[in-house]
Amino acid sequence: MARILAVDDSNSMRQMVSFTLKAAGHDVVEAVDGVEALGKAKNDTFDLVLSDVNMPNMNGIALIRELRALPSYSYTPILLLTTESEGEIKQEGKAAGATGWILKPFNPDRLLKLIKKVLD
Amino acid sequence: MVNTVNIDQTSDDAYGENKLQDTMQFLTFLMAQEEYGIDILRVQEIRGWETATTLPNVPAHIKGVVNLRGTIVPLVDLRHCFGLPEVKYSAETVVIVLLIKTDKGDRVVGIVVDAVSDVFTLAESEVCAAPELADSVEINFIRGLATVNEKMVILLDIDKLRLLDEIPDQMACDIKNQLNAQRQE
Amino acid sequence: MDIDLEQFHRIFFEESLENLDSMETHLMDLQPGSEDAEFIDDIFRSAHSIKGGSATLGFTYISDFTHDLETLLDHVRMGARSISIADIDLLLQSVDCLRDIFSALVDGEEPKAEETCRLKGLFQCALSEDNGDVDAESDGIATQTDKVESNNVEAPNGKGWIIHFSPNIDILQSGNEPLRLFRELDELGELHVKAHLDELPQIHHCDAKECHMKWSLRLITDADKEVIDDIFEWVADDSAIEICSITEDKAVKPEQPDAEHIEDMRLMESSATSTNTSYSTQSRTKADVNPISLANNGTEAEIAKTVVSNKLQTATTPSQTQAEIISNKSKSDVSIRVSISKIDQLINMVGELVITQSMLSQISKDFSMADLQKLKKGLSELEHHTRQMQDRVMQIRMLPINYSFSRFPRTVRDLSKRLGKKINLLIKGEQTELDKTVMEKIGDPMVHLVRNAIDHGIEMPDQRLKLGKPEYGTITLNAYHLGGNVVIEISDDGAGLNKLKIIDKAISRGLIESTEDVSNEQIYAMIFEPGFSTVDTISDVSGRGVGMDVVRSNIQALNGHINVKSKEGEGSIFTIRLPLTLAIVDGQLLRVGGNTYILPLVSIVESMQVNKTMVNQVAGGGQVFHWRDEYIPIIHLSEAFGIHADYSSVTDGILIVVDCEHEKIGLLVDELLDQQQVVVKSLETNYRAVDGVSSATILGDGTVALILDILGIVKILHMKKAKIDTHITNLLGMHNRLDSNLMI
Repeated sequence: MARILAVDDSNSMRQMVSFTLKAAGHDVVEAVDGVEALGKAKNDTFDLVLSDVNMPNMNGIALIRELRALPSYSYTPILLLTTESEGEIKQEGKAAGATGWILKPFNPDRLLKLIKKVLD
Repeated sequence: MVNTVNIDQTSDDAYGENKLQDTMQFLTFLMAQEEYGIDILRVQEIRGWETATTLPNVPAHIKGVVNLRGTIVPLVDLRHCFGLPEVKYSAETVVIVLLIKTDKGDRVVGIVVDAVSDVFTLAESEVCAAPELADSVEINFIRGLATVNEKMVILLDIDKLRLLDEIPDQMACDIKNQLNAQRQE
Repeated sequence: MDIDLEQFHRIFFEESLENLDSMETHLMDLQPGSEDAEFIDDIFRSAHSIKGGSATLGFTYISDFTHDLETLLDHVRMGARSISIADIDLLLQSVDCLRDIFSALVDGEEPKAEETCRLKGLFQCALSEDNGDVDAESDGIATQTDKVESNNVEAPNGKGWIIHFSPNIDILQSGNEPLRLFRELDELGELHVKAHLDELPQIHHCDAKECHMKWSLRLITDADKEVIDDIFEWVADDSAIEICSITEDKAVKPEQPDAEHIEDMRLMESSATSTNTSYSTQSRTKADVNPISLANNGTEAEIAKTVVSNKLQTATTPSQTQAEIISNKSKSDVSIRVSISKIDQLINMVGELVITQSMLSQISKDFSMADLQKLKKGLSELEHHTRQMQDRVMQIRMLPINYSFSRFPRTVRDLSKRLGKKINLLIKGEQTELDKTVMEKIGDPMVHLVRNAIDHGIEMPDQRLKLGKPEYGTITLNAYHLGGNVVIEISDDGAGLNKLKIIDKAISRGLIESTEDVSNEQIYAMIFEPGFSTVDTISDVSGRGVGMDVVRSNIQALNGHINVKSKEGEGSIFTIRLPLTLAIVDGQLLRVGGNTYILPLVSIVESMQVNKTMVNQVAGGGQVFHWRDEYIPIIHLSEAFGIHADYSSVTDGILIVVDCEHEKIGLLVDELLDQQQVVVKSLETNYRAVDGVSSATILGDGTVALILDILGIVKILHMKKAKIDTHITNLLGMHNRLDSNLMI
């Protein structure tokens, strides 16, 4: 299946996401913040990046900007996992180059469906 | 050399019940030629006597502690509890490791008895209730009496024996009297 | 796919409790008016994590509540609100409330959520103070619900939708791909797609990164508009999308259509009807789509968006049953966070152990005496590795004492406010590491001491000024390692202990008869006696029935000791000494008669053979010996334990000088054996605590050895002596004053 980079500063959330993705047969690499994610992204290739927005060191929006600036991540689907129901964050995310967003609370099936949507 | 007999406990209710159920299995042991029965579901294992590490300033019936697979387990001399004369422990002396319930929670305790005798199954109808004794109010640790192979067996309620409490001499005496009373029935 | 996230409950609860601790710490650091943006961000992020996790796991009442908290913090973060003392109080209360909820969940109990309702009300009040537009935004849930209702247009009778889709020119660069969207639509029913290529530039002007195409789609389906919206969700904001039902053919406006896009769409609408080149596909599966109601799981708005899955129902558990499931989990299953580097070190050591083990089994295969050296070497390596590993494993249980100290800024803040006192809290040595179990158990005694210091120690500000002291009192918490112990000091610069009051009380309680020969330290130590309280009126702050004797017995239960130094008018210092860990003790094995005992090495000062000239007989039948300008009482283990000893006089045995509550005591034994590390086993698991014995261990040969408790042994001898003395007193009918100077 796909190779996915899952970024979240919350240990439990990251594990839940990772567990769900692995259960669907994906290969998951975890990162705790934008900085670690960027480092891992540069030294690896991923079919999809799934990132939290609100993180220390480098937040999800900044991560997307950095990733989009890399040639190898120009078209890679990047999804934001966010609780922000307000449009502002979504807009900011879109402007930075996010493919889309997944609202927390996430439901495992919904998450997998949305991921399938961008990976097909 | 310690001989260990493990008793397989397949029952869901490893603690048994205070009330007699339809049929129950008992392990019997001997002390001063008398046969006593205890609920087999409470028996964890049977071992030979081995020297225990004595504890300072504890009641005389507490013989000390031994290592039971990494946990520290106290040994209780049941003869002492029953006011029977002490005997020298020999190769035949047996320790029955039991799970007992106390008001402070479950405890694993070894009781030192003369010898293990038998295992048998009893139906509720085969057990006679212990006669009530006016004087000894608190000590109703006798569940009942049964006759097996034409021999009387005293069925004990091990929780009510309060093995780990400080048993004053008076208590041992009471127990002795009560047993004697049972015997005369 | 049936994915059960329940296994993450515990980890989420524990993480949330950590988040709450961090929130509390940062809230304490916040100064109204000069709020540090970084702190606010950290607090916000913690609240945010709790909200996200609780919502995902179905704890709606928690996520709803944290939403309010988050909203307030967000206003502060965005500069729309400046945080006030009242706000900090409210946030702290919320932290408490959430902590109670999570603690209950961790313990498998039903959390009480009433407090959240009260606090929610306070949040609404607080938020209504903020200006209008922020308020509207803050009311996120309500507006979302509205949105859902408007989205919830049912599929009309015509069973289908006409969709006009004009993506933004940059759509491809966000990783979105129109073809994927169409495939998804295709799964809903029968899809006809028409591409509009009018705006396609000349081929030599084409840029592969840009999308100049527009599409008109005709979808025959039972699916609701909501489902269609869902598919376009990620691209809706920057593309022009118009969806109208086939029958009504009336545009249902997308959420945020730009004015210019509307113009575009009107133009396109006319061309949509004239279907030229279209392709159609039979739907592979007749989509069986229901909007699934998860009314008791998550906010309405989020649910409505959580749509379309055949197995969705199986994957969601109502929150009520979740609470029940948690309650079945055992309470003892507590986890600890360990840094990866610690685990890596362990893994390396396991590797070395395995190598040593295989080497040893190689030697044993065909062993000859020539291999003896190799065997010895192997065994000593094994010992080395085992010891190292043991140290490392113990390390895993060690946490910085900060975990325990961090709650005190809050305690001091709340209490001093309530009592009208002004207090600074100084924390030192917070990185000092301590066993997790010891840490958990030392928490309550420390709280008690700190509360005491605030309540009885520090004076009121005006009084302090009158006394020429600074207006602000200072309470200091300090921790450091000393030998094999951790020392925790709790000091204040308050009034100090009232010596005269203590003496009065001690005399009235018969603890002492006069102050003759009683040192200050001994007087102060009396506050640890049961039922000893010098406070005239019991306040609800401290002295709530829990006395200093409980503090002391709690500390003693941890093999620790507490003492106090005080100077009237200047303050008090309570010093707690604790072992680094409870699980393993460095022990000195010793023999008395046929018994082997163990003394913790830390308590041994020296051991020696004494000669007669050093020993003095004293009144009352005791013996002391003269050592380094001190007279040290000699006690016989054989006497205390009622066992036989081989020695017949003091000079035959070995005297071990031990440290016991700042006093030295000589313990006489027959022989010193090995020193070794022993694993501590409780006697209380299957029996009860025994005086003079702190615990037991299992020696190499499988037998049990008792670990001695010097203080307990002294107590036993005291009691035995008192018994004999009263006996003699009764016999002779005369007053025989106890000479207790000797022992303590």
